[in-house]
Amino acid sequence: MTVFALDMSHFLAGGLVLLSFTLLYQDRLPPLINAYAIQSLFLSLSVAWQAQIQHAPHLLVTAGIALCFKAIVIPLVLHRLIRNLRIHRTVETVVDIGPTMIAGMALVGLSMALMMRATSGIDVLAREDLAFALSVILLGLLIMVTRRNAVSQVIGFMSVENGLILAATGAKGMPFVVETSVAFSILIAFIVIGIFLFRIRERFDTVDVAILDRFRGERL
Amino acid sequence: MIVVGVLSCVAALTALACLAVSANQKRQANTLIYGASAAICGVGLACALAALYSGAASTVILPLGLPWLGMHFRVDALAAAFLCVVNVGGVAASVFALGYGRHEAAPQRVLPFFPAFLAAMNLVVIADDAFTFLLSWELMSLMSWALVISHDRTAENMRAGLIYIVMASFGTLALLLAFGILAGPDGLYAFSSMRAHGLNSNYTMIVMLLTLIGAGSKAGIFPLHTWLPLAHPAAPSHASALMSGVMTKVAVYAFIRIVFDLLGPIDWRLAMIVIGVGAVTALMGVLYALMQHDLKRLLAYHTVENIGIIFVGLGLALAFRANGLAAAAALAATAALFHVFNHSLFKSLLFFGAGAVQTATGERDMDHLGGLIHTMPRTAIAFLVGAAAISALPPLNGFASEWLTFQAVFLSSTFPQWGLRLLAPAAGALLALSAALAAACFVKAFGISFLGRARSNAAQNAKETDKASLTAMLGLAAACGFAGIFPGLFTNLLAPATQFLTTSRMPVQAMAAPWTPLLPVAASHNSYSGFVIATCLVIATALTASVVRAFANNATRRSAAWDCGYPEASPTTQYTAGSFAQPIRRVFATIAFRAREQVTMPAPTDTGAAQFLLTLRDPAWDFLYTPIGRSVDFLADHFNRFQFLTIRRYLGLVFLTLVFLLTVLVLWA
Repeated sequence: MTVFALDMSHFLAGGLVLLSFTLLYQDRLPPLINAYAIQSLFLSLSVAWQAQIQHAPHLLVTAGIALCFKAIVIPLVLHRLIRNLRIHRTVETVVDIGPTMIAGMALVGLSMALMMRATSGIDVLAREDLAFALSVILLGLLIMVTRRNAVSQVIGFMSVENGLILAATGAKGMPFVVETSVAFSILIAFIVIGIFLFRIRERFDTVDVAILDRFRGERL
Repeated sequence: MIVVGVLSCVAALTALACLAVSANQKRQANTLIYGASAAICGVGLACALAALYSGAASTVILPLGLPWLGMHFRVDALAAAFLCVVNVGGVAASVFALGYGRHEAAPQRVLPFFPAFLAAMNLVVIADDAFTFLLSWELMSLMSWALVISHDRTAENMRAGLIYIVMASFGTLALLLAFGILAGPDGLYAFSSMRAHGLNSNYTMIVMLLTLIGAGSKAGIFPLHTWLPLAHPAAPSHASALMSGVMTKVAVYAFIRIVFDLLGPIDWRLAMIVIGVGAVTALMGVLYALMQHDLKRLLAYHTVENIGIIFVGLGLALAFRANGLAAAAALAATAALFHVFNHSLFKSLLFFGAGAVQTATGERDMDHLGGLIHTMPRTAIAFLVGAAAISALPPLNGFASEWLTFQAVFLSSTFPQWGLRLLAPAAGALLALSAALAAACFVKAFGISFLGRARSNAAQNAKETDKASLTAMLGLAAACGFAGIFPGLFTNLLAPATQFLTTSRMPVQAMAAPWTPLLPVAASHNSYSGFVIATCLVIATALTASVVRAFANNATRRSAAWDCGYPEASPTTQYTAGSFAQPIRRVFATIAFRAREQVTMPAPTDTGAAQFLLTLRDPAWDFLYTPIGRSVDFLADHFNRFQFLTIRRYLGLVFLTLVFLLTVLVLWA
C-alpha cells in the first residue's frame, strides 16, 4: 500500500471527525443539516477510497447508498421538514459551546488512546480508521446528549451511524449484507422518526423535548 | 447395568406423572398412581441394593441435554446409598398415600407432582455432570414447590411457597456458582473431569462455602432453614414426609458429592466450619421445635436439628480425612450416612402420624388435641416408636447412629490441631444437649397430642386411620426397630460408600449371632448391642408388668381425678404445649429467641380473665432476612427515580457509562 493511499484515507476519516466538531458547534438547524450532508459526503468518499485500495468493489455500493441517501435525500427531507415545522429559524439553546468542544476533544483523545492500545499489532490502516470512527461515534452521542431539539438529536444519531459505517468499512472482509442492512435500517429509523416528529408536533405544538418532558408529568 | 434400571424407574415415574395429569378425574386414579409409585420405587430400591452389594460403579451417557456434553448418569456406592434412602421413603410415602390420598380435596393438584418429585430426586442422585445435576435439582425444587402450594386457599401456604421458591433459587444459584468454579475456564462439566483436575486452596474454600450455602439451604442448616418449617407443613403429609425425610437427604447428598468427591482434599479449618455450623444447627433446631405447638412445624424443626447432627458427622469425617486418620473418618462418615438413613425412616413415620392425626381431627395445633391414644391406638403406637427413635432412645435406630457420631467425637483427641481438639468435644456437648432437648420435645409432642384428655370435640371424636396408612406407619416403625437392633447390617452395607469417601471403612461387623455387639473402632473400645438392650428391655417390661399384675388389686376403682382442689376440671386445665416447654423456654429461649412473658392480672374486684402474653423473636429473621429485605427496599426506593428520567438524561447516562468504561479500558495497565 502506498503512502499516498494511507494519507488519503486518513485525510478523509479525519475530515469526518472535523465535521463532527462542526456539527457539535452549530446551534441553528439549517447549517447543522448542511454540515451533516457534508459529513455524509466525506463518508461516501472515504468508503469509495476504501473500495479502491482494498479492491473491494462491493464497498462502492455502500458509498453509493451513503451518497444518495445520507448526503442528498435525508438532508433535503430534513430541510423540508424543519421548514414545514417552522423551526428553521430558531436558535437552539444548547449546553455552552466552549465546554462541549473541550469535552469533544477529550473524547477524541480518549478514543485515540484506547484504539492505539487495543489494536496494536493489526493493519495500520484499520487502526487509524477505527480510532477516527470511535471519535465520530462518541461525538455523535455527545451531540444527542447536549441537544434539546428532536431534529438535532436525530442528526446526532445519524452521525453515530456514519461512524459505524466508517468503522465497518475500515475492517477488511466486512460482509456486504451487514453494511447494506445497517444502511437500510437507518433509513427505516429515519422514516419512523420523521413520522413521529410530525405526530409529536401535531399533538404538542413543539419538537423541543424539554417541553415534551413537561407533558410526561415527571420531574425534570 | 444398574444405572439403566434406575433410569427406567425414573422414566416410569415420569410417565406416571403424565398419566396422572390426564387421568386425574377418574376415581381409581389415586390407587393407581400411588400403587404404581410404590412398585416403581420398590424396583429402584432393589437396583440400589444391588449396586451396594456389587460395589461396582455403572455409568451411562445419554445423548440429551447440551449437545457437546450429553447427560451423564452414574450409580456408585455413594449414589446407591442415597438411592436406598430416596426409594425407601418413596415406597413408604406411596403406601401411606394409598389411604391418605383419598381424603385429598383436590387430588389433581397433588397426583401428577408426586411421582415427578420422586423421579427428580432419583435423577439428582444419579446425575454425573453439573448440567444434569442442576436440571434435576431444579426439577426437584419445582415439583416440591408445586406440592407445597397444592392447598393454595390459605395465605399462609402461599407465603410458604413464595419463601420456599426464593430460597430454592438462591440455593441453586450458589450451587451453580460452585459448579462454575469446579468446571474451570474450560467448562468441563462432567463430574469425572472435575475430579481429574484439582483446584487451588482459595477456590476450594469458595466452592466449599458455596456448597454449604447451596446444599445447606435445601437441607435446612441454620440460619438458611427459614423456608423449611413453613414449606414442609404446608404440603400434604405424604409430601411433607418426602420433603423432610428424603429431599433434605438429597441436599446432604449434594454436599457430600461436591465436597467429599469432586473437590479433592479439604483443609481442616474448613472442616471446623462444617462442624460448627452443624452443632449450632442441631441446637437451634431443637430449641425452635420446643417453642412450637403446631405438630407438623415441630417435626419440620426437628429435621433442622437432625441435619445438624448429620453435618457434625460429615464435618468430623472431613477433619479426620484432612489429617489422614482414615479409620476415624470412615467411622464419622458411616455415622452420618447411617443417620441420614435413620432420619429418613423416623421422620417419614412421624409426618405420617401427624398426617393421620390431621385427617382424623382436622387439627395440627397440639393444644386442640389430646387423648388420641384412646381413639387412635395404632397410630399412637407408631408415633411413639418414631418419637422414641428421634429422641435417640435405645434400642431404636436413632440411638445407634447418634451413638456412632459420639464415638467419632470421642476420637477427637487424636487430632493434631488444638482447634479441632477443642471444637469437636464442644460440638459433642451441643449434640448431647440437643439430644436431651429433643427427648423433652417429643415427650411434649406425644404427651400433649396423644395422652391426657381431648381438648376439642374433633380430638374426642377422632377415628383410627385407614389400613394403608397404618401399614406404612407400622412398617416404618418396624424398620426403625430393626435398624436399631441390628445396626451392624447397615454399617456393613454402607462400607462401600465410606470406602469411596474416606478410602477406609468401619471394621467389618461380624453378624455371627444376633447379640454380636457393634464395634465402631476395635474390640478394645466401646461397643453396643441393640439386641441385648432390646432383650433386656423386653424382659424388664415383662417382669414389671407381671409384678404389677401380681401385687395390684384387680378391682376397678373409679374416683375423681386429683384436680388441685377444684371440682369439674375442664380439659383446658391440662398441661398445654406451651406450659410444658416453659421451663426450657425460660432457660434457653430468653437469650435465643428473646422470649418475654407478660402477665396481666385483673384488679382484685374485677372478674375478668387474667392475660398471659408470650413474645418470641426469630433471630434468623431479625438479624438476617429482615435487614436484607430492608436494604432491598431501600435500594429499590432509591433506584426508582431512574424510572422517571427524561430521554436526554437516559442518553446521558448511557453516554457517561460508555465513556467511563472506555476510560477504564484505557487506564487498565
